[in-house]
Parts: sequence; C-alpha cells; structure tokens
Amino acid sequence: MLSLDSKGKYEDIKEGDFVRVKLRSGEVLEGIVMPATEFSSEDIIIIKLSNGYNVGISKRNAEIEVLGKSKISIGKEYPMERTRIEGKGSLRLAFISTGGTIMSKVEYETGAVRPAINVAELIDMVPNLLDIVSYVEVEEVFRLLSENMTPKHWEEIAKIVAAKFMKGADSVIIAHGTDTMSYTAAALAFAIRNLPGPVILVGSQRSSDRPSTDAVMNLRGSIITASKAPFGEVTICMHGHTSDTYVLVHRGVRVRKMHSSRRDAFQSINDIPLAKVVPTTGDFILLNNDYIPRSRGRDVKLKPRFSDKVFLLKAFPGIDCTIIEYLASMGYKGIVIEGTGLGHIREDCIPVIERVIDKGVIIVMATQTLFGRVNMKVYTTGRKLLKAGVLSADDMLPEVAYVKLSWLLGNVNNVDEIKRLFVSNLVKELGSIHHENYFPRWYHG
Amino acid sequence: MVEFNYEELGLRVGLEIHQQLDTKHKLFCDCPTRLASPSTPTIEVIRYLRATKSEIGEIDPAALYEMQRGRKIIYQVPQGHACLVELDEEPPHELNREALAIAIAIAKALHSTILDEIHVMRKIVIDGSNPTGFQRTAIVAIGGYVDDEEGRVGIQTICVEEDAARKVDEGPGYVKYNLDRLGIPLIEIATSPDIKSPDQALRVAFKIGLIMRLTGKVKRGIGTIRQDLNVSIKNGVKTEIKGVSKLELIPKVIKYEVMRQLKLLEIRDELRRRGLREEELSYGIYDITEIVRRSRSKLIRKLIERGNRVYAVKLPKLSGILKIEVQPNRRFGTELSDYAKAWGGVGGLIHSDELPGYGIDEKITDEIYEYLNLEKGRDAFAFVISEKDRAQRALQAVIDRVRYALKGIPRETRGANPDGTTRYLRPQPGAARMYPETDVPPIKVDESILREASKYIPKTPDKLLKELVEVHKLSKDLAFNLIKDPMLHLYLDLVSELGNDVPPKIIASTLMIHMKSLKSEGVNVDVIDVDTLKKVLLAVGKGEVAKEAIPEILAEYARGYPKTVIDEIISKFKGLSRDEVVKIVRKIIEDNKDEIIKRGVKAFNFVMGKVMSIVRGKVDGKLVAEIVKNELNRLMS
Repeated sequence: MLSLDSKGKYEDIKEGDFVRVKLRSGEVLEGIVMPATEFSSEDIIIIKLSNGYNVGISKRNAEIEVLGKSKISIGKEYPMERTRIEGKGSLRLAFISTGGTIMSKVEYETGAVRPAINVAELIDMVPNLLDIVSYVEVEEVFRLLSENMTPKHWEEIAKIVAAKFMKGADSVIIAHGTDTMSYTAAALAFAIRNLPGPVILVGSQRSSDRPSTDAVMNLRGSIITASKAPFGEVTICMHGHTSDTYVLVHRGVRVRKMHSSRRDAFQSINDIPLAKVVPTTGDFILLNNDYIPRSRGRDVKLKPRFSDKVFLLKAFPGIDCTIIEYLASMGYKGIVIEGTGLGHIREDCIPVIERVIDKGVIIVMATQTLFGRVNMKVYTTGRKLLKAGVLSADDMLPEVAYVKLSWLLGNVNNVDEIKRLFVSNLVKELGSIHHENYFPRWYHG
Repeated sequence: MVEFNYEELGLRVGLEIHQQLDTKHKLFCDCPTRLASPSTPTIEVIRYLRATKSEIGEIDPAALYEMQRGRKIIYQVPQGHACLVELDEEPPHELNREALAIAIAIAKALHSTILDEIHVMRKIVIDGSNPTGFQRTAIVAIGGYVDDEEGRVGIQTICVEEDAARKVDEGPGYVKYNLDRLGIPLIEIATSPDIKSPDQALRVAFKIGLIMRLTGKVKRGIGTIRQDLNVSIKNGVKTEIKGVSKLELIPKVIKYEVMRQLKLLEIRDELRRRGLREEELSYGIYDITEIVRRSRSKLIRKLIERGNRVYAVKLPKLSGILKIEVQPNRRFGTELSDYAKAWGGVGGLIHSDELPGYGIDEKITDEIYEYLNLEKGRDAFAFVISEKDRAQRALQAVIDRVRYALKGIPRETRGANPDGTTRYLRPQPGAARMYPETDVPPIKVDESILREASKYIPKTPDKLLKELVEVHKLSKDLAFNLIKDPMLHLYLDLVSELGNDVPPKIIASTLMIHMKSLKSEGVNVDVIDVDTLKKVLLAVGKGEVAKEAIPEILAEYARGYPKTVIDEIISKFKGLSRDEVVKIVRKIIEDNKDEIIKRGVKAFNFVMGKVMSIVRGKVDGKLVAEIVKNELNRLMS
C-alpha cells in the first residue's frame, strides 16, 4: 500500500499500472494509471475505470495500491511500415506521408498516437481502391506537424516525389498537415517540372480516428483526381464545402488556408480551382481550362534546393524600418514584404530599403489583402518603392512569393536572372486576367 | 394483474436519469439552450459518418448496416441555435462552469464524492445524432445514496454530458437531425442495482427528480428528462430499457419486464420439452410469393406489385408458441417481428399462429404449410414482404432469436412504449468506445467552483413542505401528500405559471383531490392535458367560474372527449356577476317574504338553500352568503 510521502511523490506508480484507489470519503475505485497531461495539476493521478471513463484523483485524498501491471503499453509511437499492394486497375500510385492530422490516430486505451494510414486503412476508406490502382506504394517520409516544416524538408520531399515519378508512378499523393500545406505545395510546384501526372497534397481538419473525419472524402477525391485529371500540376485536394458533398482540387501556387478549423478552409485566391470532384459519384469536373497538361515521356525536371535566407515581413503602421537593415545584416538574401493595399509600406522605410537593395538583397512586395494585385505605379509611395528597386509580386500570394524567392535563391546564381525569373510566370502562379467571381461573397443579410 | 413476489424473484433494478440543465449556454459553446421554432431560418449540411467495424456503440443494427453503406445524414442548422462547434467545424470551448456547478450541487445533495479533476471523454456514437461521431461526457462524482423506506439505494456515477441532436426525419438511405438540441448540458445520474421493487423504483426516481428540480436549474417540459432502467431477475438477464417518458410508468415497465422474462423462460422450457434442437432451425428462406399473391389482402397485393416478394422461414415445433403473450398485447411473435424490423428494416412480419388472418384464408395457409413441408399443428412459419436483401437479414435475425429462445433470454436493449410494454431496439452493446477529449483541458475542482456550486444547493424536501404550508397556504395534510406525489412537478409548474392569477390552494386541490376522485369514479382523467387544466384554473382565478365547478367541468370534458371543447364547457358554467346574484337573492326574498319574516334569524339558511339551488356552481358560495346576509339585513332594518 502506497501513501503520500512527505514530498507528495509516488516513486513506484507507473503509467499502465492496475491500481486500487481508496478515497478519503470511503469510495473505492479500480483502474489503470494513465499518462499525465500538460494541463493536469501535479498532485493529480489519472485513472481509467472499467467503464472507460478517466477520472482525476488528488494523491492527497487517496491511498493507492498497485495490483499489477496492465497489458497495455502506454504512449508508444508506432512507425509505419512501407508497403506496396497490387490492384486490378491501371493507376500507378505512390502515397507518401509527411505527417499531420490526417496521419494521426489516437489509440482508445492509452491516448497513444499511431500513424493512421497504412494500406489497410486506405482500402477501408476508399473501398474501390484496388479496382483503380495497378499498384499503390505507401511510404512514411516524415512524421511532422506541418508548422515544423522547413525548406530543407521541402528539398527532401521534392527529391522523393521526383524519384517516384522516375520509377514509373502516374501520380503521387502526399499526406500533409494543413497548417503549411500550401507552402509545401508551392515549393514542389517550382522544384519539379514536367510532371507526368498530378502531385496531390491531401490533409484533414479532423483526424481519421473520428467518425466525422474529412479524410475519407479528401482521400477518395485525391484518388479520383490521380486517375482522371488531365493536368500535371502540384495541387491541394480538400473539402470545398462544410458538407461532405464535393472536394476541390486547387492549384498549389494559388491556394491558401483561409479558416483555422473548417473543413473547407482551403480556397483558391486570385484564380479558380482546377477541378471539383464528387467522391460519391466519382465525377471529376474540370473547372479551370488553364492548366499545365501532363507531360509526355518520363523526364521530370528536378531543381530541389531552397534558400533558408528569405524573410516574410508583414508591414504595419509604425513599423520600425531598421528591422529591414537588421535582416540584411543577419545574412538574409531575400525579403518578401507583405505590404498594405496595392503594395505599400511606411515611406520612412524607403531609404533603408534602397540601401539594402544596393547591397544585393532582393526585396519584393506582395499584398496583405491577399486578393487583388500589387500595383506600385498608382501611388507615390509605390512609385518610390519601384524606383528603389523593389520587385512586384503582382497577384502572387505572399506565402507563394516567399517560397518562389527561396527557390530562386536556392537554384539560380545570378541576381539579375533571379529578378527576371521572379516576375515571370513559371507555373501559373501569376495571372493577367482577374474575373469578378474571384472575390468571395460573404453574408450581408 | 397478478402481483409478483419480487423478493423471491430476486428483482434488481438500476435507474439512469438524464436531465437537461437550465443553463445560459450550451455545454461546450455559447449558444443558447432553447429549441428552435419551425419558422427559424435554417440551412442544411450533409455529412457521412465513418463507421469502422469495431465501433458499434448505441446504434440499432439496421442503422449500423446503412451507416456502413454510406447513409446520408442531413443536419438542420437553425440560425442562433447552433454554431460551428455543433457542426464539428470548430474545437469545443471550455466546459460550461455553470453546468458543472449545478451538477456538483446535485451530487452533494445525493451525498456523492466529487472528483478532484474532471476529465472530458469522447464516447463514440455513430447513428448521426452527433456530427462529431461522439458524445462528450465526463464523470463529476462517484458514490452517494438515496434513502428509501425499502432501503438505501446507492448512486454509482454522476456525469455531465451533451445532449444529442434531435431526429426530425428518416427515410431510405438518409436520416435528418436538427442541431438545436445538440450540446444542451445534461446531468446523468446512475444508481446501483439496489432497487428491489417497482414501487421503490418510482419513489427513488421521484426523489432524485425532486432533488434536481429543487435546484431551480433544470429544464421542465417534454423531452427534458429521460429515464432508463436496468432490470434483472434471478435466472434472468439484465435488460436495458430506454426512454421511460413518464415517472408514473416506471412500476408498470418493471412489472411487464419481469413478466416478459418469466414468460421467456417458460417458452424455453416448453421448447425443450417439445424436443426442439438448434440444428433444426435453418437460415433457409423460401419464396412463397406465388402462393400468397392469391390472398384477398389488398396490402399484400400492393406490396407485391411494387416489386417486393414474400419470403418465408421455417419454424419447426413452434406452433402455438408464437401467440404466447409475453407482455400484455405483445406475443412472442411480436418480438420476432421487432427483430425483423430492427435487422432488416422491413415493415413487419406475419406468422402462422395469426393465420387465417390478414386476408389469408385457411386454404392458402394450408398451401404454405405444404410447400414448406411443415406439419400444421406442430410447426410454424413466418414471412416478410420485401426485397431479397432485407428479407434475408430480417429472417436471419428471426432464426437467431428463435435459436436463442432455446437457451433463455437474450441480452437486449429495449425501448419503453407508452403503455409500459417494451420493444426490442438492439443487442446490448459492449462498453462503448471512449477516449479522452483532448481539445478540452481537464478541470480542477477548486474552491472557486465549489463556491459557485453552493449557490445551487437544492432546498430540502422539509423546507419545501414548510413553504407549501406557510407560503402557498396549503393544509398540512394536503402538503404532506403532495410532496410525495409525482403530481408535485405539475403542481409546481402550474403555480410558477399561474400563481399570480390562481391561488395555489385551488391548484393543489384540483390535482390532489378532484382529479383523483374523478379517477376513482371511473372518469378517464388521462385525456385532460395540461393546457385544458390551465384554462379551467385560469377561469376560476379570474372569477369567471366558481371553484366548486371544477370537478363538474373536468368530468364533462373527459366524458365527452374527444368531441368536447373545453372553452364551451367553461362558458356553460360561467358565473353570474355580483349584480345578477343580488337580483336573484332579492327576487327570492321578495317571493318568500312571509316565510322569511316567520323564520326570523333562521331565515338565512332557508334563503341560502333556495339561492344555491339556482346558482350552485356558478358563484362562489362565500359571495352568495355575503349577499344574502346583506339583503336580509336590509330587509330586517
């Protein structure tokens, strides 16, 4: 029988122990000791009862007796094995996993996190999978929450994706966290050209252990896209509506996460989604005729390097302009300013900007309005910025401008060439015509 | 009905009460806790829930089957009554402290031990009633008790959890829910199976309900409280019975369940005596459409025309068993029909113990016996009319049930019917899948929440008694009886609504004296609904009718139901105005002047008698007395 020692510590009680707890009130409980959470007070021990409920008991109020060890191993993380399975169809599919909510499944007993998607799960979620694919190869590349992704990770993913195509895949699906999915999508779009089929990044806002998970629709939509899409682009496939009715396939360099939690958080900005897919019927509906078609032949062009010396700086009233000088002094080679309106920043910053550009740093201007184009010719501030040598990101999203500049700095040596390529339309990340319906409608009563 | 010896039978009953709390906000978001009205602007959202094979939980077999095949769930989202949290588009907010405080207050009143830290769990529920696919629930307290004259009944757990969405429609391939009710806080109180008699169950349920009510923080009205029972007898099986809507129905439900279990054991014994073996029951189904098609039943012919076929299953040695009543008006065959409905989604089942019947004559019945190679008088058969797939599932479930009848009583979850009988819903699930709700941090039960809880401590029944006598002005006897009677809830509801217009004393005597005496006279008081009662009471309160008229008005309404209209009846008894009474009194005095003068002081009773025979029921007796007194004084002076 263990009771509280003077320091209030229990040396001998471990997670997974089966214990009997006698409360001060006389009540007796039996159950398994659960891992402590970040939020629990230190004096609390968490017990899972036989009815499935967890209860928190203060060690000060209880006498605890260890009755034995439970057979459950708590909190273990399981690696995902690489597997390949043959099917009866014609689609040669590579499925790689980088982590994210879509890949996490909580184990009921313990709260341990397992990678959820292996081939068995995929087949369970996409029942006709084996009729569509000639093979599907599943491989775990990272297990990252996407806020922890860095340009180095983009490099690795790009190399793996290119390799999959070189080995014969018609399409590659990448499971990814939704937080920075659009950054990775843009990165891959610049890094890998001449795609013989779509690269489809897919995620979910609700994890796949939940019955309400959006992963099912998203995955089904991705597989339909892999087999039916006429384009060879890097795309993102996620719910288009809060209902489980259709998913949208967005151009990777034109999409952004626009809500912190909704299933349909991802929306195309300054462009129309490439396609709409209805998983219940299998319909693939092309929405945007301006796409990069699948390449013939197998030579995928890979330029996977990225510079980690690019900074994305948001302009705001009263911004301290010396920050720009400071960034340059820290070795940053590129700065993307998320400016206000048509692409403006406080006028006081212009001399600093000029100085820094003269030192060889590339400064580009995007807009924090997200929608619309940067046009620095309209107002004085803009004109002065142009004179100072700031490049316009036009209608590129600030995040995409950041990724593009990082890619250019990683693969191109000549500064003038970088500047030329930055303002060129490489993978349809720029568009000269904006239609009225690019701007969303909100509820106005 | 013969009264059972519950002690001998080893009856054990556990009670589970779910009560909605009357909080400002829902349990995990700030939406209000009111239901939407039919005119509230609403959008619809379509979802599919993923039902993995291991997740059964609380769902009936046919629904699970449909869910696994992509049943569409349509959610109505009424503006102002549900937000992104209900829609599973936003993580839950922190647990509603008001709800927790109320639950703690109730737990303390039941002598429960409050936990030190509350952990919210996700309990998988995939019938669509939760868009997330789970219900958020947390244990707040364990242990405790309720004292009763037949012994103390222990409390196992007290939980706080979210109410589910409201089912509004169901059809082939879809089900529709309204999200207004989703997220309203519930308190769930589960007793130990210490209850030993049906009456004890009623008393305990009433007591717990009263304690909750006396916090003043629980919702009242239809659908705000749900009572479930777990009933078992020695040699029987623990049956879960869900949804006993009225408190007063509890004893009946228990009695009928005991009856059902005993009957099923009798059936088992009889089947064994007949020598029925499990192997004799096969899953084979037979298409007897061509035979049945010739019946006179329009319904059957219509179903067949629509493309359905008639599929039968053999039930050897079961002749006469199917018509055995296991509960009043429910036969063993009714049980099989429920299984067919639950598993195959078919409309129902017809069996040989009911034939000839349903437009199927002796001749056709004999043909079926012959076709199935069965012996009339010894064997039985059952059939359904539907498409093959459903029929197969339905009839397989029927055979499984009959096989089980040889062993005894299956473990079932059953639903309560309004008459106290129960119907099969689904097999009893194993422990539901539960895992931590990691989006909601655990809540430490500290001084601050305990202080909040102390605001909601319910007043004790003794205090309530005092209040009824001193404030409501009820007699001690009336108050004492009222406090033990389920009518107390209705009384308190009516007083809180009408207390300004109608003296509580009149409400109490209407419920406790008049309604009960009418019932004992054979009047069907069940047809008198709350709105009717309110109208009658208000008429009395406003002085339109005399309180003495209440029994007559109610009796006339009930006897003529449903043709009677309460407003018309009230009009008939409408009182006379003071002036009219004065007029009548004066006329009587005028007409009987001599007699009155002769009687002198005793004239009062004489006049009262004459006046009352005219105005009885239309005027308050006290008023008449006052007027007669005045008029007589005028005369004498």
